[in-house]
Amino acid sequence: MGFPPGAEPVPSGPSGSRGRGSRMIGGRGILISSASTIIFFAVIALAVALAPGSSLVAERFFDPYHLNRSLFGTVTTPSVVGAFVLNIKMFLIAEVFILILALVVAIVRGIPGPVFFPFRAVAVGYTDLFRGVPLILVLYIIGFGLPGLGLKFFSSQSEVTYGVVALVLVYSAYVAEVYRAGIDSVHESQTAAARSLGLSRWQAMRFVVLPQAVRRVIPPLLNDFIGLQKDTALISVLGPIEAARAANIYAAEQFNYGSFVIAAFLFIIVTIPLARFTDRLIERDQRRRRAGAAL
Amino acid sequence: MRKLLVLTASLVLLAGCAEEPSNQPSSSGGGGDKDPCAAKSLSTVAKGTLTVGTDRPAFEPWFKGSPKAYSGYEGEVATEVAKRLKLPIKWVVEPFNKAYAPGPKDWDFDINQITITEERERAVDFSDGYFENNQGVLALEGTPVAEAKSISDLEDYQFGAQVGTTSLAFINSTIQPTAEAKVFDTTNDAVSALKNSQIDALVTDVVTTVYLRDFVVKKSLVLGQYPKTEQFGMVFEEDNPLVECVNGALQKMKSDGTLEKLEQKFLQQYLEVPTLE
Repeated sequence: MGFPPGAEPVPSGPSGSRGRGSRMIGGRGILISSASTIIFFAVIALAVALAPGSSLVAERFFDPYHLNRSLFGTVTTPSVVGAFVLNIKMFLIAEVFILILALVVAIVRGIPGPVFFPFRAVAVGYTDLFRGVPLILVLYIIGFGLPGLGLKFFSSQSEVTYGVVALVLVYSAYVAEVYRAGIDSVHESQTAAARSLGLSRWQAMRFVVLPQAVRRVIPPLLNDFIGLQKDTALISVLGPIEAARAANIYAAEQFNYGSFVIAAFLFIIVTIPLARFTDRLIERDQRRRRAGAAL
Repeated sequence: MRKLLVLTASLVLLAGCAEEPSNQPSSSGGGGDKDPCAAKSLSTVAKGTLTVGTDRPAFEPWFKGSPKAYSGYEGEVATEVAKRLKLPIKWVVEPFNKAYAPGPKDWDFDINQITITEERERAVDFSDGYFENNQGVLALEGTPVAEAKSISDLEDYQFGAQVGTTSLAFINSTIQPTAEAKVFDTTNDAVSALKNSQIDALVTDVVTTVYLRDFVVKKSLVLGQYPKTEQFGMVFEEDNPLVECVNGALQKMKSDGTLEKLEQKFLQQYLEVPTLE
């Protein structure tokens, strides 16, 4: 956005296609890597299969009967995949609010001048507090504390709302620090240059610093979101039935942990694409920097 | 609930009458050298000690006092079983969710208000039932749900239960409420939700509901109990031979009235609740 046209680095032939490890890809390399992969996993599989309790573990965790039944639910137990929809919803809603709140906190923390000291103090206090308190405690305080106050609006929300608020408060503290790192990584000369061109302090932040800062921190941001995706499971302590809780209900009724395996599988299905996407962004960023350095 | 195992032993308990002396060899008294339940020949986790697991916190009136020597109904039932096996008892902490994990256990049996069901019996072994449990419904005085007289009056309300309890299955299969029940890690959390009016009523075993009414939740009432003919049993690792000996001791405790005495001592005040139709 802040780049003049043409400054956007274009991945060029050889330097662009050179990924990690691709140098050794030749006939022999492929042979060695596939052999070592097969041996590696075969040793692990063998160790697990030969363990004295392996059949018991297989039955207690991987019995297809229980995997299938917990996935779709029974008369008395909710379906794990149905409950997982709630995790996805909470994740998506929380993510939007986190991106906004965290950015506000990060910017406020960076406002210079003695007049703004109280604002900076609040921003620092906020990040210190919510990064330090375990999420589960925040959930309890908000989920059981706010309704207990008996206020009109704040005490009559659903548990899912309280849960999402707790997630937003805690994760915004982390993400604000990620943003701040990004903002700090943009060299001061950029702001100085923007100011000398007549941009106001706010305009310099908005049009010069932030676009560069945000782009740099996208990989760590996504990393936090993978964590967020998993932590939606904690909201179950307030009562809503999400995937981990549905799995817990099934496990307790049937005395079989297959339902947890199913829940884990569902979380993985969502987080792995996110993780690969992050990897790709990191690689693209590195490529660009290398290209930039060569210029 | 149809799936629940109904144990004939419960009839003995209810009738309070003496059954003919157990024909099992597990007599507590004068076992000969061949008695597999004699203290010396029992293979317990810790040699010469009966190690018993339960969750922590353990709730009254099931457990009372310090974890070093629990009293309370379940505490004393287990202690009495140990006494009849002529072994000292030692308590260890075992979270409910871990009681059915595969692998070696650090206890001989776990006693924690666990209902015997067919599904669970596929994974663990249960002792005979030592208590016949009914479901109880707790609500706050003056709320609409407090007017309910029968199960069919309950379907439009928001229920809560502790995860892993048969109470949740009871809500889903018998009450069948229109709103999905909320599920909490512990009964304490469900109580918080009830006090905050996040749920209209909470369901747990009737003894616990009366305890909550009398000692924990002000201005609350127990709507009633629902007979489910379910039994609490002790959990053993599958194929543990010790279960026979414990059953022998339980059988004796039933026939000589010990179990009933303990029930009267600890639970009587909790069982006088009207029945929900």
